[in-house]
Amino acid sequence: MADRRSKQTSKYTLDRGMPGAFEGETITRRRFMTGTAHGAGAVAAAAFTLPALGFALGPIFKSTPHRWEVVGTVDEFPDNNYVPVVLTLTPGIGNAGKTTAYVRKFNPAIDTDPYDKGTPYIAISDRCAHLGCPVRWVDASERFVCPCHGGVYDLLGRRVSGPPVRPLDRFYSRVTGENVELGPRFSVNSLLRRFSPRLPGEPLDGIGQYLYPSTPGAKKL
Amino acid sequence: MPKLPAPPLPAPLKTPPPRPGSGNGKEGPLEDAMNAGISVVDWVDERTSLSGAARWLMFRKVPKGTNWFYTLGSATLFAFLNQAVTGVFLAMYYRPEPSGGAYESIRYVTNDVFLGQFVRSMHKWGATVMVVLVFLHMGRTFFFGAYKYPRELNWVIGVVLLILTMAMGFTGYLLPFDQRAFWATTVGVNINGTGPLLGPYLSDFLYGGAEFNATTLSRFYAIHMLIIPGLIVALIGAHLYLVTKLGTTAPPWQKAETRHELRETEV
Repeated sequence: MADRRSKQTSKYTLDRGMPGAFEGETITRRRFMTGTAHGAGAVAAAAFTLPALGFALGPIFKSTPHRWEVVGTVDEFPDNNYVPVVLTLTPGIGNAGKTTAYVRKFNPAIDTDPYDKGTPYIAISDRCAHLGCPVRWVDASERFVCPCHGGVYDLLGRRVSGPPVRPLDRFYSRVTGENVELGPRFSVNSLLRRFSPRLPGEPLDGIGQYLYPSTPGAKKL
Repeated sequence: MPKLPAPPLPAPLKTPPPRPGSGNGKEGPLEDAMNAGISVVDWVDERTSLSGAARWLMFRKVPKGTNWFYTLGSATLFAFLNQAVTGVFLAMYYRPEPSGGAYESIRYVTNDVFLGQFVRSMHKWGATVMVVLVFLHMGRTFFFGAYKYPRELNWVIGVVLLILTMAMGFTGYLLPFDQRAFWATTVGVNINGTGPLLGPYLSDFLYGGAEFNATTLSRFYAIHMLIIPGLIVALIGAHLYLVTKLGTTAPPWQKAETRHELRETEV
């Protein structure tokens, strides 16, 4: 063992016995040429791979700016029933970028949660928190019903029955003059505490908010 | 021009000798046409030696007991070729625009193009047929033990092909862009999001953003048309190469023939 350590190879090719070595040469010409060719190949490959990767993964990190959209006037929304309105989430792609929200005026008798204080209008998203199917407000039973897998939510959007893992998402609301405007979407956990918007199927109680982080594309609220 | 010796073909495929009394050896126009065709094939074969490869592929030995179950793999390949060809014809009309062009182009293909409904139906039902055949083929390979040494790599390639086939179904489902397509894709991408830690990022990757946006449909179209078919073709090539190189196995109920002296004596 001691032999191997003491017999250190010299950095000069001449000492190492390379055929055709020059005085003072530390790398053979063959090795230099091979390394240069490999390096040039790596640069060429990176020149078309990295942009392609960026193109595929880039949209994950792009965040759309927050938009406020007028959905009606202040006298169109009662405080004991929901009125559906159509929002444009993503402009430019027609109906695929639109979604529905159920809007109701803030009612201090019903909305007793401390987190809701100061909200002029309660706007509940129609995307079920199980897997994203659009839910339907049934006035007679005061429930939101999802047709896909039978998720049922109560008047405040909290889960009553079925596979959803958290209450329905909501939209920020504000009043500008005579108009009611809806802003960015946010998610709530079962205590109606607010979080950055998540995708359906991601629970937010307890460890859920760390296990299912809001991605870079969904702007932090 | 010296003619190459005739390749060793099996007896049924050898050209039969001319019947006595037909044409008396005179070369009519039919014989001229056949000779012209044969010389074209010879010209290509001399420069590529493709006939050697074709003979290796088609006249290889198969074990005793090979039965109809062994056709499931070729059937799957045929279903894939059907999808590829009908897909190319559909791609000539399809427009990946979420703001109405997608749905309208499919409506046009179905209603107004000659045989458009037929081609679209072949593509749609061919997808179901391909998935069914893939599973039957996988089941046959499993139950016949054809995944064991030295065919493990072939099995792994087959599993990757299965996953790619499912991905083709998933991405293709969105393209007609009707209500069912949109909501099924929404649900499917959200299912991806339920995976812990990496789930939200996977959903964002599929959507091309935090939610369904202007580039989502184009993304699915590119994945469906270019990325996955390329991978499938490459892997099918590897899969077929391994099948012909390693040979197929006999069914599990087939007993190997042993020499009389080696058989144990019946007591």
